[in-house]
Amino acid sequence: MKQIQVIALKEIKTYFASPMAYVVAAAFLAITGFFFVASVSDAFSEATIRGFLAGAVFFLIFLAPALTMRLIAEEWKLGTLELLLTSPVREIEVVTGKFLAAFSMVFIMAVLSLFFVLVLYVFGRPDVGPLLTGYFGLLLYASAAVAVGLFASALSPNQLVGLIVGSGILTTFTVIDFISDRLGGMAAHVLNGFQMGASFSVFDLKSFGVAQSGHFADFARGILSVPDVVYYLSITGVFLFLTVLVLEIRRWR
Amino acid sequence: MIRLEHMSKYYGSYPAVIDVSFEVLKGEIVGFLGPNGAGKTTTMRVLTGFTPPTEGSAMVSGYDVVSHSLDVRRHIGYLPETVPLYLDMTVSDYLSYMGQLRGMNTRHIAERLPKVIDMVRLGDYRDTLVGKLSKGYRQRTGIAQAILHEPDVLIMDEPTIGIDPVQVVETREVIKELGQEHTLLLSSHILPEVSMICKRVLVIHEGRIVADDTPAHLSDRLQHTERIELGVRGAQAKDVISLMRDLQGVIDARTDARAELAKADPGRISLLVDARPNTGASERIAQAVIGKGWGLITLHPLPMSLEEIFLQLTTDEETGKQP
Repeated sequence: MKQIQVIALKEIKTYFASPMAYVVAAAFLAITGFFFVASVSDAFSEATIRGFLAGAVFFLIFLAPALTMRLIAEEWKLGTLELLLTSPVREIEVVTGKFLAAFSMVFIMAVLSLFFVLVLYVFGRPDVGPLLTGYFGLLLYASAAVAVGLFASALSPNQLVGLIVGSGILTTFTVIDFISDRLGGMAAHVLNGFQMGASFSVFDLKSFGVAQSGHFADFARGILSVPDVVYYLSITGVFLFLTVLVLEIRRWR
Repeated sequence: MIRLEHMSKYYGSYPAVIDVSFEVLKGEIVGFLGPNGAGKTTTMRVLTGFTPPTEGSAMVSGYDVVSHSLDVRRHIGYLPETVPLYLDMTVSDYLSYMGQLRGMNTRHIAERLPKVIDMVRLGDYRDTLVGKLSKGYRQRTGIAQAILHEPDVLIMDEPTIGIDPVQVVETREVIKELGQEHTLLLSSHILPEVSMICKRVLVIHEGRIVADDTPAHLSDRLQHTERIELGVRGAQAKDVISLMRDLQGVIDARTDARAELAKADPGRISLLVDARPNTGASERIAQAVIGKGWGLITLHPLPMSLEEIFLQLTTDEETGKQP
């Protein structure tokens, strides 16, 4: 347990010492800010964060792997992975520590975005329920995205591979409805069950795709449903487990 | 402190290390010598619990590397071949992180850190970013992390590779001092380096241990001997040995324990004779045996694989010295 904390704190420190975290946080706030403004600037628009969430959920596909791509790939490249894996630390502790570090960064980004909520309170009277479920869902979504990114980072010593593979997996989970639309029947039903967030309808500024499909839709509407929570926790768990597996397989190689 | 028993490691079907057994006792400084690709790094990775052996077993400090991997890792200090450093941390930050990973508490780290930094002579650089250090100082930082938690066993893979000659000398000094307090296994492909630091040398070639001796004996044997296998019938072993020792060009003769074990013919004596090369020793041996009226069964110069290895080692030393 203590080793998890040691690793997480070291990684968080490294985040703040390098420009990457600042760049990712700035990009996150700028992009989601644009979506937020677009969704509430109309005189008759609702005071919600649905626009913000649509932008956040979509762009975390790229931003989460950008945060995690360094975490394992660099250890591999520098040779420090050998040191880490010959220290009295279990793989699961390494993976959990790194996951917590990256998740903390997303958490900080989410806290900074509360500025948008403040704006809503100044100019309107937002409904509290969807705000709470929206943020809760965002954190769940982010933990899944970070876990996928961490897994991708463990696949190669090249950070770029981590970024592309991570974004690729997340994109697949997001646009799965494009595939299922063409299948129909049971297969479509199963595939839809795996959809992570809303697909490209996010760019339709009128409807803000979050509300339409994927496991994120209900959170954006203010509904807390158990299957959605379980879904994101499962994705997180499965990919963290796969990351541990990749590290263990590397020992035998 | 270290015990390997019939350890083999295969990567797929490729055997990196084959049936290696040796023991390193507490306080010993052992050099692990062999050309590149001989299996040194693989053996060390097995000992440090980085990779499990395919066959056989490995014990460090009394713990099995597979079943008690975490205990093993608590008792070793390891310096891999590529010095594992986080370039964006300062020397002291890096060292305290490594200490924490090894489960040291803050007070223990605060107490050990100055001592270790002093030991590897890094005093002026404790607040320098590791990425800004020269290769020799990075190497010392690597050594510092390996000894920080006062491990029972220190394992260093090519600790002087790729540093400039002046720093090589200083680094060797540091390692030599460490050998006074630790059980040390150190790999190298440079024979003179090993002879300078170690009291015992294991030579590994193509995944097999081919020699286990003191550096002095090893270089003697490597440089000045030709080994001849001799089989004689109708004589006493001690008579043959004393006869051989009197011959010109012969350095030593002894019974061949391996051949004795496997012998099918009870009247036959098997000897190993070490002779100076190119002195016509074989002919003299044959004449002497026949002259005594004994039966000469075999007279066979043994191919000295060590010689080839030695050649490789010396050539590597020369090229290795080029900056």
